[in-house]
Amino acid sequence: MAETRLESETLGSAGMPLTQKRESLFQDAFRRLLRNRAAVMGGTIILLLILMAVFAPLVALKSFEVQVLVDQNKVPEWVLKVFPTMQPYAEISNDYPLGADRVGRDLFSRIVYGARVSLAVAFIGPLISLLIGVIYGSISGYFGGRVDNIMMRIVDVLYAFPSLLFIILLMAFFRSTISDIQPGTFAYYVSKLDENMGGMFFIFVGIGLTAWETMARLTRGQVLSIREKEFIEAAHTIGASNLRIMFRHILPNIVGPLVVAETLAIPGYISTETFLSFIGLGVNPPTPSWGSMISDGSSVIRSYPNQTIFPALALAITMFAFNFLGDGLRDALDPRLRGTQ
Amino acid sequence: MGRYIARRLIYMVLVVLVVSVITFGLMHAVPGGPFSREKKLPAETVKVLNERYHLDDPLWKQYTTYIYNVLIPHVTTTPPSNSLMDDHMFNVKIGSVWIRWMNFGPSYKSRSRTVNDIFRDNLPISAQLGTMALIIAVLIGMPLGVMAALKQNTMMDYFGMGVAIFGVSVPVIVLGPILVWVFGVALKWFPVSGWGAKPPYLLGFLPSNYNWDFFKFAVMPSVALGLGSSAVIARLTRASLLQTVREDYIRTARAKGLHERVIITRHALKNSLIPVVTILGPLFAALVTGTFVTELIFGIPGMGKYFVTSITNRDYPVIMGTILLYAVFLVVANLLVDIVYAYLDPRIRYD
Repeated sequence: MAETRLESETLGSAGMPLTQKRESLFQDAFRRLLRNRAAVMGGTIILLLILMAVFAPLVALKSFEVQVLVDQNKVPEWVLKVFPTMQPYAEISNDYPLGADRVGRDLFSRIVYGARVSLAVAFIGPLISLLIGVIYGSISGYFGGRVDNIMMRIVDVLYAFPSLLFIILLMAFFRSTISDIQPGTFAYYVSKLDENMGGMFFIFVGIGLTAWETMARLTRGQVLSIREKEFIEAAHTIGASNLRIMFRHILPNIVGPLVVAETLAIPGYISTETFLSFIGLGVNPPTPSWGSMISDGSSVIRSYPNQTIFPALALAITMFAFNFLGDGLRDALDPRLRGTQ
Repeated sequence: MGRYIARRLIYMVLVVLVVSVITFGLMHAVPGGPFSREKKLPAETVKVLNERYHLDDPLWKQYTTYIYNVLIPHVTTTPPSNSLMDDHMFNVKIGSVWIRWMNFGPSYKSRSRTVNDIFRDNLPISAQLGTMALIIAVLIGMPLGVMAALKQNTMMDYFGMGVAIFGVSVPVIVLGPILVWVFGVALKWFPVSGWGAKPPYLLGFLPSNYNWDFFKFAVMPSVALGLGSSAVIARLTRASLLQTVREDYIRTARAKGLHERVIITRHALKNSLIPVVTILGPLFAALVTGTFVTELIFGIPGMGKYFVTSITNRDYPVIMGTILLYAVFLVVANLLVDIVYAYLDPRIRYD
């Protein structure tokens, strides 16, 4: 009894200045981040994109799925000026700000709604990969020895897997299993959930299942370097449990590199989703995704370049924004790493 | 070093075997078989087909047969035939005996081809594309990184890092269509799709025509694919060189009055290249997977199509062949990188 009180008191008194110092470190980092113009711009664009995705029905004005067949491939006048090669055959209609696709759906509305998919992947991808990767990596790094050896060999083997092919295999597995599942089972509800999310759920699972390996390696390395420090030894001496040491003492010290690594990994998740939708294993039609729009458009790129170029630009802007923010975060949290990967 | 390589080779074989087991299990767990169609085939036909390809055997037996056919060299007196079940990658005649190795099996989908045919016809094209993209990545990335580091915090630095950010932010899927439209459709400098090299290939994969007919097809896809990697190389080169020029031995070299160019090329550059070399392995692997997006966008008849369609078609031998090929490729690339690493940095000893 006396011992536990001693422990909590020691940590209580020592914990206060520690947390304060940590906050000031992050405040300091935040100030540095705000001074970085590129990062602020990236952050602003991401905020705008989030607003656009959340309030998509207000921004888009038209439906993303209603097919107006008489308006197939219509383009507004200004697009003709930008893409002069379209002149001979394009039909003009200024009803569509960016034009209509080959089944007469408004491109602009589809791009606006498509932001939902990309942003969802950008935020849920890191969550899943952090969750699995940090738990896996910290167990491996914390316990070390044989456990570490076995767990890291497993990661090595998964690394030899072409992750994109692994995702394709998983997606083929998920997508084709859906059709013959009995109602009432767990798998049935999962497939219903996926259906209601327009096919996004399985994309999250696919990306999450392949992206955690890098996080696990990073976490393990960080944990290994912190584990031998004196304050961990001190925590052991006063009888803190493994879990407590892990969550109270080690994790707060390695959060910085993990956040930076995840932010820099986001463009990768977005392009994975785009690729999956591009080859037809991503979102279910008619849910719009920039990848499926690029794929649909690239077959008619000679005649209607606007159908490919506009979603491609939307994707590029998003990727730029996340890269600028990620670079800025890294510079702010660890100035020594400036300019590295 | 010899012992290290031997140990690594054994480890590599193990990794590839595990990858093959996982792939085999996963692809058979996916519902539907190679012969389930929208319009159902007659039951007898499916039965005959399953029998022909031994798909009714227990899984472990199918797996061991597959591994046996691929790994174990067959010694026979019968010469190679045209049978699809009997197409080996390597056929060597010694006296009257044939040693034949690596039979990856027939493709279930394209009925007249084997997986080896796909490797022979389509793999060289992907390899050419991947190699050219890597060359472009190194040719753009390294000078950019070196320039940015030597002129740190100048316009040169900002330009270089700007290009790098552009490279990582614009994936093939974005850059590809834009290049196609600008240089293919609007300016008509390059053809929009296709590939210039045709068999026979030198050494199995090098194109035999290094002229405009080859390069006009190769320029756009190689740039689209290589630019992202050049960004990675540029950033890494810059960071590594910046670190190296602050080392003591560089100061020593300056102190003894060496010419700045000699200091950079002889002392700084060689040492700063070490981390860059280590990333070339994974980077090349990424380029090879990246080839299939590029091939789809630029209509190149490489392996890309098979990576994707084999899985949706449940074409088991093609799935196994392509994934194993990639895995072998990745582990070999990593081993080569480690060996080069030891050569570049004499402090590293693997024993």
